[in-house]
Amino acid sequence: MTETRQHFFFEHYGLTNQDLEKYLAAALSAGGDYADLYFEYLTSTSLMVDESMVKSASQGISAGCGVRVVSGERTGYAYTDDLTPARILHAARTAALIASAPAKTTVTGFQEKPARSLYPVTLPSVDAEITAKVELLMRADRASRGFDPRIKEVRASYADELRTILIVGSDGTFAEDSQPLARMNVSAIAKTEANSGRGTSGGGGRIALDFFFGEKNPEHFAKEASRQAILQLDAREAPAGDMEVVHGPGWPGVLLHEAIGHGLEADFNRKKTSAFAGLIGKRVASEKCTVVDNGTMPWRRGSLNVDDEGQPTQETVLIENGILKGYLSDKLSSKLMGLADTGNGRRESYEHIPMPRMTNTYMLAGQDDPEDIIRSVKNGIYAVNFGGGQVDITNGKFVFSASEAYLIEDGQVTAPIKGATLIGNGPDVLTRVSMVGNDLKLDEGVGTCGKDGQAVPVGVGIPTLKVDRLTVGGTARRDTGGYMQ
Amino acid sequence: MPSTLETTENLTTDLQTIASDVVHRAVQGGASAAECVAREGDEFSTVVRLGQVETLKEAGSRSIGVRVFFGQRAASTYSSDFSTAGIERMLKSALELAKITSEDPFAGIPEAEKLGALSGDLDLYHEDVYSLAGPERIDYARRAEKAALDSDPRIKNSEGGSFDAATGRKVLANSHGFVGEYRRSYCSVAAVPIAQDDAGNMQRDYWYSVARSLSRLDPAEQVGKEAARRTLRRLGARKAKTAHVPVVLDPMVANSMLEHIFEGVNGDSVYRGASFLAGKLGQQIAGSNITVIDDGTMVGGFGTSPFDGEGIPTRRTVVVENGILKSYLLNTYTAKKLGLETTANASRGLAGTPGIGPGNYFLQAGAKTPQRIIGDIKDGLYVTEFLGMGVNLVTGDYSRGASGLWIVNGELAYPVEEITVAGNLKDIFNNISEIGSDLEFRGSVACPTIRIDGLTVGGE
Repeated sequence: MTETRQHFFFEHYGLTNQDLEKYLAAALSAGGDYADLYFEYLTSTSLMVDESMVKSASQGISAGCGVRVVSGERTGYAYTDDLTPARILHAARTAALIASAPAKTTVTGFQEKPARSLYPVTLPSVDAEITAKVELLMRADRASRGFDPRIKEVRASYADELRTILIVGSDGTFAEDSQPLARMNVSAIAKTEANSGRGTSGGGGRIALDFFFGEKNPEHFAKEASRQAILQLDAREAPAGDMEVVHGPGWPGVLLHEAIGHGLEADFNRKKTSAFAGLIGKRVASEKCTVVDNGTMPWRRGSLNVDDEGQPTQETVLIENGILKGYLSDKLSSKLMGLADTGNGRRESYEHIPMPRMTNTYMLAGQDDPEDIIRSVKNGIYAVNFGGGQVDITNGKFVFSASEAYLIEDGQVTAPIKGATLIGNGPDVLTRVSMVGNDLKLDEGVGTCGKDGQAVPVGVGIPTLKVDRLTVGGTARRDTGGYMQ
Repeated sequence: MPSTLETTENLTTDLQTIASDVVHRAVQGGASAAECVAREGDEFSTVVRLGQVETLKEAGSRSIGVRVFFGQRAASTYSSDFSTAGIERMLKSALELAKITSEDPFAGIPEAEKLGALSGDLDLYHEDVYSLAGPERIDYARRAEKAALDSDPRIKNSEGGSFDAATGRKVLANSHGFVGEYRRSYCSVAAVPIAQDDAGNMQRDYWYSVARSLSRLDPAEQVGKEAARRTLRRLGARKAKTAHVPVVLDPMVANSMLEHIFEGVNGDSVYRGASFLAGKLGQQIAGSNITVIDDGTMVGGFGTSPFDGEGIPTRRTVVVENGILKSYLLNTYTAKKLGLETTANASRGLAGTPGIGPGNYFLQAGAKTPQRIIGDIKDGLYVTEFLGMGVNLVTGDYSRGASGLWIVNGELAYPVEEITVAGNLKDIFNNISEIGSDLEFRGSVACPTIRIDGLTVGGE
């Protein structure tokens, strides 16, 4: 936590403990089990270089307060972007309408938990010189174009923010945090007379600007985007149908996020709308699989000192040696389900109601040598890079789209193939994991997860992973099927 | 830093006055041109689950953004702080920020003579979306869910029924003297039931109705029943064999194909060569049965507005006519880059340069009913849901997850899931062999049922 931003809302908006108590009392004026206030002050910058020109630069500020009242399974919510006492009180009284009982006793006193410091940025990126950020993008543009003459278009973008929050609850919760977040993206287009290709790359985290002057510099991302675009020029049709799929380490961990992660969010399981409901203690993966969600990794995009309900984040084991161990919960779900609060209550902003969300979700490394994993495949694909994914948590079906993949023929990685969607069934896909590499890698730090219209930054990771059967959505014809009408 | 005591002073000042004042002060501060957008809105939403209120949300908010030009350098800033100090700070950082951007010969606000707004009542705003009392709004959501739950004993669970209402006001002002404003309203009712078969397998689907006036919203019961019907038909879904068969898209998913044409003719992708349709103006890009129109002027439309995000009156643009690409969809910047005229499709958020958005964008309907289109197929796939975003607009490569119903001898025979549908967009638009008569606007993009030949269905 940056020391200078402590008690931010007290200093800059004149808030006092008495004010907070008064707002919470208004929120509980019609009864209710719990109320909390989420104050947010967000500054952000975004820059874009296109055609080697700085075409877009913008900065903004938003501030507001969300008031929540929980009564049994009911939630009342109201927010204001005007932090004057009259407006906050109005929001509190609006949220209070969810309950209909005598007022609760007044809240007095708050307990501030010991602060953690997972992203101790002394000079947040938002405060750094803007010219330094522009120079990063110009370097990316040069490196991407310089990679190969067939690279015809490059777009490089940079975005950072600093979110300062204060959360107080009627249970005495008092938490402050200052959450930096920065990322850089490069997208490149390659063209020849006959073909075209697209590549994208990016990275970041809860970091200071100096992150981009190290190993993960603009040239690193630029070369990666250009390499992918050039590779696509020669890609052949992807196969169609069920086959063995080897996932490369890192970002392909989006597999876990879609197949397992969402289905284990406690709200879906409390309501029994998830394909994973009632499976705790049951086998949902091969014994080589141990999957965790960990919000405590320093500098990571998905990490948080406290979640958006003021609860410290933690490492939660979801699957241990193939057995389903736990769910990701927030305050409401943990109370209603009698579970521990795992610190996964998150929200996009003060305008949103918190709910269980992932942080950094990954599979622990196994014993297998990645080269042995490839060698074990007779006829399959090797997917090393993905776009996004999606899941239907009720029937468990999930997809994720490979953007860089290769054929594996007789144990050898051969030709690159066009992008293809992979589809599977969450509750059983991990039971078909037959080999787990010793090379766990986390993604570069650009993941954003959407749920119920709310976007939050997350991380994913896996070691090299072999799934014995997954459906690949290519176009190449095999002898099955044929065109019938 | 935000100021403490003066945040209410501007609350009663009119948004138009504030926006015009911001533009004026930007020019005084040295900007050669400026543009300001100001918005305010209210939202209400409630979810009722298994008969009980689950969430109730109500709020209002305001925000303001400014874009300034110094010759051909531009920058933008935004804020939710309407205090004098807040707006001063927003302006100051915009003027500062413009120093670091590049001279771009095509940057600028539209020429004065192009600015304006459609006249007359476009029927976009109805106060009645908020006319229901709190308990009646909750009841609307409750009735939608109840109709779904009561439809069939296999509907055993639910993600709820919901009722939403919102109104918004948008003001745009620029240094050519343009000041425009419009209000829009919106309300919707939805149900998301969950069905379960004897083996315990669950399926979920949804249905909704959305309108600009409460009086045009479908009855809650009708929405609930349709949601139940769509959910029940998915029960017992199996995988399909990998095959090359005709594929029919339900209007809810056919929409997405039309959106790929939109992304392909989006001027921003076109000038960068990042579209499979770049450089194809005047060429045959689809079958001669395909006509695609974008019309921002339709009275009461979900994509209607009197002026676009840069203050240019909206218009009707024929994008594809009988398969020939007639027009890209452009804003001022991308039009200049391509040596064309803007089509008034600028979309303006609070920050950044304007993007490109649709008006009311649709595929012209055909003559056949969906039943006849399905009836003609011996063996094929009827898609009711796509999963994932496996579309590469640069190459046109297309591969998405899907679920739906298998067509056997002209009938929807049984549900299928965990399959993929793949092809290339360049071929897909030439292989739309049937277009349904069932064009209906449920949003700003609308497409009737379509049949596509030549796709690969991936499965077992």
